[in-house]
Amino acid sequence: MIQVTRKYRFAASHRLHSPQLSESENLELYGKCHNPFGHGHNYELEVSVRGPVDARSGRAVDPDRLDRLVAEHVVTPFDQHDLNTEVEAFARTVPTTENLGREVYARLAGAWQTAFPGEWPVLEKIRIAETPRNFFEVSGTDGQE
Amino acid sequence: MLITKRVEFSASHVCRNPALSDRENEALFGMAANPHGHGHNYVVDVTLAGEPDPVTGMVMDLKRVKEVVNREVLERYDHRFLNHEVPPFDQIVPTPENIAVDIWRRLQPHLTSLHAVRVYETDDLFVDYFGEPA
Repeated sequence: MIQVTRKYRFAASHRLHSPQLSESENLELYGKCHNPFGHGHNYELEVSVRGPVDARSGRAVDPDRLDRLVAEHVVTPFDQHDLNTEVEAFARTVPTTENLGREVYARLAGAWQTAFPGEWPVLEKIRIAETPRNFFEVSGTDGQE
Repeated sequence: MLITKRVEFSASHVCRNPALSDRENEALFGMAANPHGHGHNYVVDVTLAGEPDPVTGMVMDLKRVKEVVNREVLERYDHRFLNHEVPPFDQIVPTPENIAVDIWRRLQPHLTSLHAVRVYETDDLFVDYFGEPA
């Protein structure tokens, strides 16, 4: 069994604001991330998949097919976009990178069977770097711990 | 505890299964099937699992790990055309998946606490191999 990881990049803007909190609480919690005009990041996304090595191709995953899946469901809808106003999930939740990671994982998991109809490979985990110093990882066991 | 030694080698390869036709190889591997080959600066992370020795404070001396990796892997792989010069890649395609498994097989007899082999083909593509469950 092999784990294969591909790295992708997208640049997007967001603003951290929770409608359940008062203005002063938002400011206190999120600081400059609460700036009303928002700000952006160069996000780096790692997608890890797991499976046996196919004897014919020597591969555990067709990287072109994985690239198309991630492009269609994550990079194209997010890259050069504003997460709060242009990604429907963030009309309801704050686009922290925790919630962004869950959204990315859910999008890939939801489209997985269509892209990879066989038993293998499986989606193992995703990891997002919001900056080179902040990392967020989500796997299938997220929310069950 | 996990400890990791990182090493690098440069090698050329072609992604081509000798059992398949040219058309099938091209369909499967695209430009990577170019018969003249192409190369990468591979990065390999060799990870060992263990407890630090109470006297030395080390799981294993990383200098020793480097010697083993040099002898068993780098001296055979570095600046070689993998398909032509490094068995088993005359028989199996030198994808990063197969390279990771081959490095594991070469190292495991000498590094019994081997936990993982990670092979970066580029910054944007890497594989991890943890051996097979006994």
